Amino acid sequence: MAAAARGLRAFGHFWWDFLVGDTPELALATGVVVALAFLLAGSRLVGAIILPLVATGFLLLSVLRGRRRAPGG
Amino acid sequence: MHTSSTLVLVLAVFAASLVEMVEALTIVVAAGVSRGWRSALEGAAAAAGVLGVLVLAVGVPLVHYVPIDALRVIVGTLLLVLGLSWLRKAILRASGHKAMHDEDKIYAETVAGLSSEDGGAPAPPGKGRDGVGFAVAFKGVFLEGMEVVLIVISLGAAQNRLGLAALAAGAAVVLVGIVGILVARQLSEVPENTIKTLVGVMLTSFGLFWVGEGAGVNWPGGDLAIPVLAGFFVVVYFALTALMRTRLPVPAVEVEGATS
Repeated sequence: MAAAARGLRAFGHFWWDFLVGDTPELALATGVVVALAFLLAGSRLVGAIILPLVATGFLLLSVLRGRRRAPGG
Repeated sequence: MHTSSTLVLVLAVFAASLVEMVEALTIVVAAGVSRGWRSALEGAAAAAGVLGVLVLAVGVPLVHYVPIDALRVIVGTLLLVLGLSWLRKAILRASGHKAMHDEDKIYAETVAGLSSEDGGAPAPPGKGRDGVGFAVAFKGVFLEGMEVVLIVISLGAAQNRLGLAALAAGAAVVLVGIVGILVARQLSEVPENTIKTLVGVMLTSFGLFWVGEGAGVNWPGGDLAIPVLAGFFVVVYFALTALMRTRLPVPAVEVEGATS
């Protein structure tokens, strides 16, 4: 029983690390892209333009968040 | 399915496996040198076997029993998370905001760590298995390989090409193994960040495409949208790297760890 709980915790930990980890903004980006994709279902150009732009916006945000700053900066 | 997307699938899986297996090989070579080759190779082989079973056990039921549109949204989501994360790291490394992955440093740290275990005495050749060497090699290959398994299953299942994806990953493992034997531990020569950038671009493009496709977005040109998306994200990579280099230069502080 304890081993099963440990295994379950490790499994949950693996997926949390994989999906969220230290970049929750990228997990949020993926959620937003998926939601937008369903909202734009059936569209042609709009979806094809908006989805890559949204992903790029979140990538920019994440890169800015991950940059090294000067001490106290 | 267009030939172009099949080619991109093979390239993406091959390159992703190549990068992860270089990292795994660093650990296996360190375990082999420090604790004896027999245990290290057995550990690596055991982990590769477990990963192969995982691909079969998870991938085959996915392909056969999950509706294709739901499958595409799920795997697209996984690929997008993975791809954006790889692209982020590649941009930060290329712009100097994160240290390059240093295989020599990882090798030295692993050897030092293993040498301090049991007073640093490796198992004598032919005298049975060294548990530490086996465990370290197993863990190294298994953990690095898990990402490859996810990519193989995701890309393979979404395109109904699980066998082809597994073959591409297997080819990368064989290539890294042969190169590893030939050049011993000159693994730092591999242009890892460049390969990681390409894989990040491919995974992000595939992820976005499959999420849209599964949700019902009609991509202009069908599968041909994948190489177009890849081209777009290459431009994004260069633009963001240039932005970080020129507008937000690295301050003179200690570099973030190179082993992650």
